[in-house]
Amino acid sequence: MSARYDRAITVFSPDGHLFQVEYAQEAVKKGSTAVGIRGKDIVVLGVEKKSVAKLQEERTVRKICVLDEHVCMAFAGLTADARIVINRARVECQSHRLTVEDPVTVEYITRYIATLKQRYTQSNGRRPFGISALIVGFDSDGTPRLYQTDPSGTYHAWKANAIGRSAKTVREFLEKNYTEEAIAGDNEAIKLAIKALLEVVQSGGKNIELAIIRRNQPLKILEASEIETLVAEIEKEKEEEAEKKKQKKSS
Amino acid sequence: MALLDVCGISGWLKENGFNSKAASVDKVNHFSFAARTPEFAVPVGVDPGTFLKPLTDSEDGVNGVKIKLDHGTTTLAFKFQHGVMVAVDSRASAGSYISTQMFKKVIEINPYLLGTMSGSAADCVYWERLLAKECRIYKLRNKERISVSAASKLLGNMVVGYRGMGLSMGTMICGWDKKGPGLYYVDDRGVRLSGNMFSTGSGSSYAYGVMDSGYRYELSVPEAYDLAQRAIFHATHRDAYSGGTVNMYHMQETGWIKVSQEDVGELYHRFADEKK
Repeated sequence: MSARYDRAITVFSPDGHLFQVEYAQEAVKKGSTAVGIRGKDIVVLGVEKKSVAKLQEERTVRKICVLDEHVCMAFAGLTADARIVINRARVECQSHRLTVEDPVTVEYITRYIATLKQRYTQSNGRRPFGISALIVGFDSDGTPRLYQTDPSGTYHAWKANAIGRSAKTVREFLEKNYTEEAIAGDNEAIKLAIKALLEVVQSGGKNIELAIIRRNQPLKILEASEIETLVAEIEKEKEEEAEKKKQKKSS
Repeated sequence: MALLDVCGISGWLKENGFNSKAASVDKVNHFSFAARTPEFAVPVGVDPGTFLKPLTDSEDGVNGVKIKLDHGTTTLAFKFQHGVMVAVDSRASAGSYISTQMFKKVIEINPYLLGTMSGSAADCVYWERLLAKECRIYKLRNKERISVSAASKLLGNMVVGYRGMGLSMGTMICGWDKKGPGLYYVDDRGVRLSGNMFSTGSGSSYAYGVMDSGYRYELSVPEAYDLAQRAIFHATHRDAYSGGTVNMYHMQETGWIKVSQEDVGELYHRFADEKK
């Protein structure tokens, strides 16, 4: 038997904290922002695109990944850790299809990812995964779902959430602006995601990557031109709002 | 480990594949649906399949020792417009000795899933009870009932690991799930078939004859009850290893109901009277 590290790295502190897990959550807070929105017939994932070096191929930097035809996820934190988790999740999606002859539910694959993450907080010689994930998709009965996992291995369902750098700001924005009319249609939900990201992203639409899943359709990553169009619409709406307010004040 | 190294055994352990290949984090977890957990320890050194083959398959066995498993039973199930009919006999035999005439060959896994048993009683009862356990755990973990295709897949995966080691089990998993009525035939070789009509056991040929001549998808409920009962009865009449009572279940959208449990002797007289 090979030499094994039998000393656990994640141990309790005297006041009941798992410091390694909390440090992992700090690593997540350094990652670029990701936002997820659950609409009525659409789920939206938006991420802040980090600016790439001049000689770097832009296409190789992908923060939104497909887990199966009807489920995808975005992450914030250590990209290498995310790759491992995504690979395991993809295999589990197919394994589930093979054994159960049904596609995974979003909750099932979230539970799998969360269990995987938890096991790495309670085993010898391994450190926790330094990523939080936003998992979106549709169940086979057509219900849209959004889940968030974090390095400790907990998961929760959300109507809208953000992770990564400035997640708090974005979440406050969403709490104020996520209303029934804000997600009334597909376009409105997409615009809400863009608006949320514009709060924290510098230099506007160029640094936003957006992906949507519509019911019974595969993941679609929006083109830069489509995002520009939507950003322009949002700017116009903002101006119109400002105009209306001015008129109200003066009258 | 240090002690094993000192004794000089660790090298031998490695050679014979005893080192734990998977780290504890990656070991089998509750997402693998019992497919990879070995239920029984298999003896080291000898491949059980090659060891058992001459005992079970050849005419004289090995040194006069033969393991001959009889599949004395008749079970059947068919899908029709109002759900799935399941009918079984209830005789358990050991060679020419009748152990009991009141054996339950249908296991009620949950209100929406039934499993029939034919072949070796011990194997069927054991593996199907294990399947029932897995189905209950699935429901607790996933907050919804397991589908018929998943349940039959689980059973198939559980036994395929022991292929060639002398298991004898032919079962039909019947149920009603989100996709509607489901009927699967699973056996000890890992065969798993979805279909509209199956019959297993030593009396299956007789049952098929009666079922095939009377079956239509558009049967009414009383007609289906009558057809299933007759098929089992005729099988018990001609097959020595089937008999006892005919136990009949009807799988509907709201779950299964036990239709009847009638002694084949009484059925004989009822059908004889009809002819008059």
